[in-house]
Amino acid sequence: MESLIQLRKSLDEKKISVRELTKQYLDRINHYTGNAYVSVTEETAFKNAEIAQKLIDTGNATALTGIPCSVKDNICVAGIKATSGSKMLEDFIPFYDAKVIRDLAAQGYVLTGKTNMDEFAMGNSNRTSVFGNASNPHDVMRVPGGSSGGSAAAVAADLCAYSIGTDTGGSIRQPASHCGVVGLKPTYESISRHGIVAFAGSFDTVGPIAKTSEDCAVIMESLCEGKDFTSKLGRDIKGVKIALIKELFTDSVDTNVKTAVMDKVEFLKSHGAEIIEASMPVLEYAAPAYFVLASAEGASALSKFDGVKYGLKGEGASYDEQLRDSRTRGLGDEVKRRIMLGNFVLSGDNMNDYFRKALAVKQRVIREYNDVFSKADAIISPTSMRTAFSLDEPSDFVKIYSSTLYTVPANLAGLPCVSTPCNISRDFDKQNMPAGLSVTGKKFDEATILQIADFIERGAR
Amino acid sequence: MKLYPTIGLETHAELMTESKLFCSCSARFGGGENEHCCIGCSGFPGALPALNKKALELIVRAGFSFNCEIARFTKWERKNYFYPDLPAAYQVSQMERPVCAGGFLEINVSGEKKTIRLNRIHLEEDAGKLTHEGNRSFADYNRTGVPLIEIVTEPDFHSADEVVAYVEKLRQILQYADICDGKMEQGSLRCDVNISLATIENTQAGKLGVRTEIKNLNSIKAIGRAIQAETERQTDIIESGGTVVQQTLRFNDANGEITPMRNKENAHDYRYFPDPDIPPVVLTEEELKSFKAALPELPEVRMSRYTAEFGLSPNDAAIILGDKNVSDFYDDTVKIYNSPKTLAGFIIVELLRRVNLGEANMKSLSFTADDFAELQRFVDEGKVNRDIRKDILRDMLESGKSPVQICDEKNLWIKEDAGAVEAVIDKIMAANPAAVEQYKNGEIKVFGFLMGQANKELKGSAAPATVKNMLEQKLKKA
Repeated sequence: MESLIQLRKSLDEKKISVRELTKQYLDRINHYTGNAYVSVTEETAFKNAEIAQKLIDTGNATALTGIPCSVKDNICVAGIKATSGSKMLEDFIPFYDAKVIRDLAAQGYVLTGKTNMDEFAMGNSNRTSVFGNASNPHDVMRVPGGSSGGSAAAVAADLCAYSIGTDTGGSIRQPASHCGVVGLKPTYESISRHGIVAFAGSFDTVGPIAKTSEDCAVIMESLCEGKDFTSKLGRDIKGVKIALIKELFTDSVDTNVKTAVMDKVEFLKSHGAEIIEASMPVLEYAAPAYFVLASAEGASALSKFDGVKYGLKGEGASYDEQLRDSRTRGLGDEVKRRIMLGNFVLSGDNMNDYFRKALAVKQRVIREYNDVFSKADAIISPTSMRTAFSLDEPSDFVKIYSSTLYTVPANLAGLPCVSTPCNISRDFDKQNMPAGLSVTGKKFDEATILQIADFIERGAR
Repeated sequence: MKLYPTIGLETHAELMTESKLFCSCSARFGGGENEHCCIGCSGFPGALPALNKKALELIVRAGFSFNCEIARFTKWERKNYFYPDLPAAYQVSQMERPVCAGGFLEINVSGEKKTIRLNRIHLEEDAGKLTHEGNRSFADYNRTGVPLIEIVTEPDFHSADEVVAYVEKLRQILQYADICDGKMEQGSLRCDVNISLATIENTQAGKLGVRTEIKNLNSIKAIGRAIQAETERQTDIIESGGTVVQQTLRFNDANGEITPMRNKENAHDYRYFPDPDIPPVVLTEEELKSFKAALPELPEVRMSRYTAEFGLSPNDAAIILGDKNVSDFYDDTVKIYNSPKTLAGFIIVELLRRVNLGEANMKSLSFTADDFAELQRFVDEGKVNRDIRKDILRDMLESGKSPVQICDEKNLWIKEDAGAVEAVIDKIMAANPAAVEQYKNGEIKVFGFLMGQANKELKGSAAPATVKNMLEQKLKKA
């Protein structure tokens, strides 16, 4: 399994043509049965490959030129279905490119397809997709995580060198953790949300899932002109101050996950990192506050799906009947649940009782993060309290919602956070599902968190 | 039991921006169906809004014009409801932090001044338009996203006359400040009226009756009629022992009927919350200063300029100010020929008559302010006879020719040729010996007849004073 950096070298040294490389990836995709993709864009991929090859041949290649990738199905690519994992948009073909697609195309990317996801990015197991779940490449009977489950699985199964996903409450990091790959949620709004099917605009963040932190850094630097993501890669971490938040290491965290994370903390400490204990009492309210805010925004954002302009057309004699039919048949249970929750917290007095209180929690989260970052350069925590669970595990919503505690704080505060595998070594045992370690940093300080994650990955190699 | 109406008004005014509030689509009226649309204003997934700075300037301008407090920090909320003319299923509006708060407007009703307090002015987007054919409906999103300001008054009105005076004044100011074109027939200015009835005592004690709201009135006449009709309807209910139901009503302009749209139980819960896609705006002192500097002259300022500086009577000034196009035209003529009084007279007496007769349209005059001013200058300088001013004006309207051209072609210049005048007078006197005789016998009134005959012959080519003097001398000698 080659990293983006390695592929770049092979392409630049003409060891392989873009077309050959693309074909290799497409062959793997076509033989793969894990449902990671909802659309495979073979024709587009070969067209892209031709353009990319020209860029390479004329000496105009950049970091991403000719590298096969995939994008999550809530990202609009002109002429290619963008279903968002929903029956509502099963046949929706946007006629416009998302900003991130325009930027990728400008560099000569190669699009292999659109990846599976939880419906409208609402879910953490990829099981709410109307196309059925993607499976975890490490164990097909387990979930890949979500909502960017297809993207994480595709990278883990080497169906693409990297994938572009979205993270509203952990949707990049949690599946990356479950699939043993690296997922970066950059600082909120680092990459434009234009052309992303909205879930919750205050939190929706576009970011990469890749094989290494170094790859993530290179992708980000390609997409965010003039910003630094790579300068600290490979530097030693002596004197880097890392905080451990006590509320994120409680007994709820699976012992094996906790041990794996603490092993890496010890590793960093042994290389001179300074470990600081800290506390963020507000985290008790982080998950409920996130669900109040994100569901409210989601309920509003998804209201435009009425079957009038596009999407599943409803049957009925009046607009109201058609609307009801379109949304009854077009939207899945989890999405409906969140729409109801979102509308509930905004209705009448609930606005004060829930929504405003949740906003206050969000402000408090930001303050407590600021306190921690006045003493530390980064925070380390588990990405998820456990490894990928079984596909047939029943959905216990309160449990699922509260399990987002490990990822949503970074979304509430808009901070960058990278998840890197912490229990994969050369002798990785398939019985042992991957666990992820999260490094959270100050706003726009991706360089430091990528340095730390990269240091851990180098140590494991 | 005499019932007394208390009325509040919400006025929606479309802003005169080139583009829409949150996208670069044209905000102009008209266009083929769904031609002024993009993924943003037609509600496609992934579209993001970007605030139109000009719209922000125009609402701030409205704030200055109506004496409001301008917010230094302002933000937008989503107003959520399903309707096919609203493609995103929410309208971006302002709830907590409108751009303008407070403010007032002075109106004049039958000679009495009254102050109407404003509650707020906020900036929001318009919805689209639905048309229905049989059992099919069509949505046109051209108007979707056009910037609107909503001007909300306190319940300070107690008669339809006061409301009408307010809307007229408001409209005039919006037009003069280039905020809104005020075309009510095109829906660019429309009103929602809230009415409740109570006895004078209760009203004074602040105990108002149950309120109803009449939506979307789009002419000043309809506003007056709707208030009248609703006041009568509520009076009938209360006097027959019933209670008014809080509800939203529709006024049918064709038959004057009021019908319910929805009552309180079916009222929408709009679930307002901050729009996550639109960052709040901080207005700096520099911005406000530049907005203020760009504020056009308001009607009241023009009024005092016309009366104090130009010496017009308040009545004449008001006539000119009645239409911004007229006032702008007038100002242009004064810039060219500094004789504001004669120009005002010419406009009021001759030009506006043509306009009222439908012979001229202020927005598409076939001549320039230059030509118009020049004609008046010729009259004032005695180069053209005042009596034929109107004929030349009509010719200018029809042919678009300049006054110089017309006078040249038709030989209308006053000729100070005493010989020619003398010859004409001699001819007239010779042709009317009886009249000359009457004059000599002291019947001075025939002078006018002879003068008219001479002028007819001269076709305005001589100054009236010249003709008069010479005729007098000739008659004395005769």
